[in-house]
Amino acid sequence: MLAPSYATPREKLAYFLFAVFCTLVFLFLVGPILVIMPLSFSSEPWFTYPLPGLSLRWYIDFFTDERWRIALQNSGIVAVFSTLIATGLGTLAALGLSRGNVPFAGLILSILISPMIVPVVIVAVAMFFGFAAVGLNNTYLGLILAHAILGTPFVVITVTATLTGFDRSLTRAAASLGASPWTTFRTITLPLIAPGVTSGALFAFVTSWDEVVVALFLASPDQRTLPRQMFSGIREQISPTITAAATLLVIFAALLMLTLELLRRRSERLRGTGG
Amino acid sequence: MAVAALPGEAGPAGDRTSLKTKLRRAERVNRLRSFSLVAPLLLFVLAVFALPIGLMLLRAVENTEVRETMPRTIDALDAWDGRETPGEEVFAAFATDLVQTQKDRTTALVGKRINYEVPGARSRFLKAGRLVDAGGGGPWKEKFLASDAEWGSVEFWAIMKRAGQTLTPYYLLTSVDLRQDAGGAVTTNFADQSIFIDIFIRTLSISLVVTLATLVLGYPVAHLLAILPPRHANVLMILVLLPFTTSILVRTTAWIVLLQSNGVLNDILLALHLTTERVQLIFNRFGTVLAMTHIQLPFTILPIYSVMKSIPPSHLRAARSLGAGPLTAFVSVYVPQTLPGVGAGCLLTFILSLGYYITPALVGGPQDQMVSYFVALYTNREMNWGQASALGGILLMITLVLYAVFNRVVGIDKVKLG
Repeated sequence: MLAPSYATPREKLAYFLFAVFCTLVFLFLVGPILVIMPLSFSSEPWFTYPLPGLSLRWYIDFFTDERWRIALQNSGIVAVFSTLIATGLGTLAALGLSRGNVPFAGLILSILISPMIVPVVIVAVAMFFGFAAVGLNNTYLGLILAHAILGTPFVVITVTATLTGFDRSLTRAAASLGASPWTTFRTITLPLIAPGVTSGALFAFVTSWDEVVVALFLASPDQRTLPRQMFSGIREQISPTITAAATLLVIFAALLMLTLELLRRRSERLRGTGG
Repeated sequence: MAVAALPGEAGPAGDRTSLKTKLRRAERVNRLRSFSLVAPLLLFVLAVFALPIGLMLLRAVENTEVRETMPRTIDALDAWDGRETPGEEVFAAFATDLVQTQKDRTTALVGKRINYEVPGARSRFLKAGRLVDAGGGGPWKEKFLASDAEWGSVEFWAIMKRAGQTLTPYYLLTSVDLRQDAGGAVTTNFADQSIFIDIFIRTLSISLVVTLATLVLGYPVAHLLAILPPRHANVLMILVLLPFTTSILVRTTAWIVLLQSNGVLNDILLALHLTTERVQLIFNRFGTVLAMTHIQLPFTILPIYSVMKSIPPSHLRAARSLGAGPLTAFVSVYVPQTLPGVGAGCLLTFILSLGYYITPALVGGPQDQMVSYFVALYTNREMNWGQASALGGILLMITLVLYAVFNRVVGIDKVKLG
């Protein structure tokens, strides 16, 4: 199937080896994630196959233990609010930059993207010092602002991507027909860039949802998030409850990826660039 | 965009100038409007992200502890020529300062700062604190010298004088295994404190190995995804994107479960009789590189894939029809066209690898910790914030230089997600 019809036998062998190699890499990519999931249904607290028996005890533990429940709740609060801030500010900035007349646009864009590039420990330590001066350490607001910063580059990138194929004559037509800028934005621009905004928001959400380093520095035990709770658990002794939490996060990631794929298709359809 | 109404009565010449000014004004308003959309995020990023990082960089050279806690001593040392042990006036000022630091409980703080440069200074400061607590008057010079001959060291007072300056190169020098001797000349640091060049080399080499590993594993996969019909490629793409969207912590946990000595991989090795006893696969360099490669692989694959996707298959066919062998055609026609993607993917992975903290901390041993780990360590555990900031600052500079290269070569606006 891979080799072209004119391939020589030796070439066919090369393609076969190539296919085997790729299969192994795919196994490497998903294997670890697939291995950890069944272990969360084990009836015994050790990580061996075959499973000694099936049970849901680690999931019951996860949902009933006060610490995990609070961590889940904190993660939700911080992720939702940081996503709202990141999506709002990021979308506006992408809209402004795409108009093509902002001075120093290149420099501004690299500054806006830099939170994605700067090592997260540096972000965490700098905010730890900086937030201490204004009393934002150990507060929800501090953690939300920090996570919003980490999420904005994703929103800027995804919205900019949807705007590159954007037909300006549509907004001009709306304006010439008497629509106010706000009406034009609401009825023309927003529906067209919506897939980009949503996938940016999803990336921002998952950035906050998975973030552990900043949470380690800025959050008190009161604001401990799910990843932080997992981190301290892994450090001490991996309990199967962590594999249950991990499994739930993998399912969450799979749903997210599915949504992103649907959004991508929708965006392509809207812009008429393929099926 | 509103069209400006033209003034009816103006002559041809006046009309032209007013049109020009109007156009310019309209453009300015338009630019301002665009900028006002960007401004909120720009201000937010500058205030909450760039400003704290800038302040952190200042900490790398800031040096106010000694001047603030021992102002009299530092003033008295101003007049000291640095040739022999200072006179009574310096010791008297030192004693007065110590009375104050004992009251404020800051003696240990100053002692700790001096201890960085003069090993053992902290305990001597604490002892001196008890000496002034005991009361009695001067002459202090004799009292101090009697309690510990080290107080007579010219070198110590030279370092004390230098520590009183508000800016110091100390932390930055230490970060690259250098120090200033008592005379102020830069020399190599003491062997037991020269650990940082090693750590930087380790960080760079782990990042390099991870980048190469992702390239070797990722290039064929990207090629496969690019040549398969979309229906199959989309399914396989899920296998790349699922790990990409899964939490790093989850993937690290998975590797711990797999690699630990009573873990799944060791079970398999034993069952296959490949080994007779359990192998140490984790808490070493192997585990660190393996887990990091796993996490970074999608970052390398995706840019390469998107470039490969844009290469028309007809190029390879043309090369073959012109007589090139399969390998020649691939190496001389296909590979050069993929290089922009290879550059983008590898540079991205290298930059992101430099900042790894969580994964080495969880699956690495003490010899596998990278710069980020030490930034965190000096912030949390050692409470040596100057050192943390200096290490962080150097790591940041390396990252930003590579980011600028990436920007120049690839263009940050070309980055796509998913």
